[in-house]
Amino acid sequence: MALPQAKTDATEERLAGLSLPAAGGWGTAAREDALGRLRSMGLPQRRDEYWKYTRPDTLVQADPPAAALFEAKDESPVFGAHDRLKVVFVDGVFDAEASDDLAMAGLEVERLSDAMAADIHWARDVYGVLEARGQSPVARPFAAMNTAFATDGLCLRATGRAEKPVSLIYLHRDETSDATLHHVIKIEAGADLTVLENGPAAARFNKCMEVEVADGGAFHHVRTQGRDHERRAVTHIFARLGREASFKSFTLTANGVLTRNECVVEFCGDDAIAHVAGAAVGDGDFHHDDTVFVTHDAVNCESRQVFKKVLRNGATGVFQGKILVKDGAQKTDGYQISQALLLDDDSQFYAKPELEIYADDVACSHGSTTGAIDDEALFYLRSRGVERTDAQDLLVLAFLAEALEEIEDEGIAEDLTARLERWLKRRRR
Amino acid sequence: MLDIKNLHVALEEEDKQILKGVDLSVESGAVHAIMGPNGSGKSTLSYVLSGRDGYEVTEGSVTLEGADVLELEPEERAAAGLFLAFQYPVEIPGVGNMTFLRTALNAQKKARGEDEVSAADFLKLIRAKAKELQIDADMLKRPVNVGFSGGEKKRNEILQMAVLEPKMCILDETDSGLDVDAMKLVSNGVNALRDAGRAFLVITHYQRLLDHIRPDVVHIMADGRIVKSGGPELALEVEKNGYHDILAEVA
Repeated sequence: MALPQAKTDATEERLAGLSLPAAGGWGTAAREDALGRLRSMGLPQRRDEYWKYTRPDTLVQADPPAAALFEAKDESPVFGAHDRLKVVFVDGVFDAEASDDLAMAGLEVERLSDAMAADIHWARDVYGVLEARGQSPVARPFAAMNTAFATDGLCLRATGRAEKPVSLIYLHRDETSDATLHHVIKIEAGADLTVLENGPAAARFNKCMEVEVADGGAFHHVRTQGRDHERRAVTHIFARLGREASFKSFTLTANGVLTRNECVVEFCGDDAIAHVAGAAVGDGDFHHDDTVFVTHDAVNCESRQVFKKVLRNGATGVFQGKILVKDGAQKTDGYQISQALLLDDDSQFYAKPELEIYADDVACSHGSTTGAIDDEALFYLRSRGVERTDAQDLLVLAFLAEALEEIEDEGIAEDLTARLERWLKRRRR
Repeated sequence: MLDIKNLHVALEEEDKQILKGVDLSVESGAVHAIMGPNGSGKSTLSYVLSGRDGYEVTEGSVTLEGADVLELEPEERAAAGLFLAFQYPVEIPGVGNMTFLRTALNAQKKARGEDEVSAADFLKLIRAKAKELQIDADMLKRPVNVGFSGGEKKRNEILQMAVLEPKMCILDETDSGLDVDAMKLVSNGVNALRDAGRAFLVITHYQRLLDHIRPDVVHIMADGRIVKSGGPELALEVEKNGYHDILAEVA
């Protein structure tokens, strides 16, 4: 179907200012294919169904709105207490000086540009491939744009149990930076890798991560986005899971004028699991969108989506989550919950939970709630001597707990909970 | 200890008078019971004393050891030594029972300018108190009242009372929903706390609870007032003849 002329025009106008980065090798074709995909779907506009609750304008326009730099002087670095392999990107550019030596047992690490220049490379079978699969049935134009124009990124291949997590640190140093990163991750059969991500990255950040988990492999992902208020981000995760594979991703978001996190998971082998979870806290001019699409195309797989948002002072939260169970994907166990706690009458939460099921022997459940602090619980706590503000914070953290429990590493879970607690405390009057 | 004078209370939302001049004095070391038919205002009295929203005091006063209670926020009342054992204890998913209790105890201590209790000392304290009430480790770890049976919830209220050591304990129909064994456990918990420096106000429908928690004074409440006061024998009279005779007598 031809695109509306206005959409084509807007897309071409945006592309006019861009040129494909020199890739060489297989990278050139991958980028050109992606550009073709992007042209055929067009960049999103306000009236697009999939962008009904999140305005794409500032993500589409040629130059990002400037974002003031922010340094959290009152907090220690996120994941700082963790033994990790640090990889630093400054405004979307790899910083070798600031990064650790990339050699680690059980893991191959390469920059995207190096991988693309290599004649034969495993990344070729993943780069843009999972993204392209994820374009149907719903188009994700910013992901195609990312594949076409990504200027940096890592290729990670886990061949065994990686000795420590890879920690991707995204620093923001330039108020008008526009960064596009693309990571390709392959977890070989039986291998195990944890990837941590934190930092604002840029004034505007388009990030794509493709994760292929082979049979019996395990991928763990914990990401924090915050506390920079003015940053904008559109991110995609595309995961393809083999037999008995495990994929677990958790995101904590605090602040941010615009964040859209999409996660697209496809079960291709039986008996695999995927857990995608997020906790987001927003105050004032905050817009956070979690868009998740899980496709069950194998037998006896388990998927969980747990998303919680705490919104105040006119903050906005969005959840679009879908479980698609294809014909034959019997014994599917699908669960999805999205909840928002609105701390005042000005904040809002839009939820679009969807189930589409073509198999007849499955257990799928979904739920979505929007509510305020429970007055009964608040009074109960106060009647025992807990001050109103403390009681409220306790109830907010209790609300977020179900999402935070999805983090496997207890140390990280505790650290992130403590950060949330401090975030709440800073907002007391 | 607790002095209630000519207390008039209306519901905030609808212009309805619930308490119409309650006078009550509970002295230190004493156990007072309030009985009365449904709708007489017993539970409203307990809520107003603890500071719940939705009630407007239109007249009268309440003091705890001479200090005005009605001016205080619920948490300030708790720190001052007032405790309400809820008729319907609230479930709080996501907040562990132990965390809740320790937070409450330390908040009260902080408000009173006392030192907070360390995690280790608290653990010792709660283990000892929980054992007396036959509350197992699992119940302490679970979220507050979530998945607790009726009896477990009431025992948990008494555990909170035992840990917080309030001066003035109000028990709002603590016997409702309890079987005989649970009632004994709860009563023993309450009796263990009886002390010259502490007072109790036990609100109940039935005389049965008062077999276990022996009151010094029994009050009969009807239509928002205390209509009769007497010794424990008054409770027996209610049990035998119902409220009808007493109410007819004072009418």
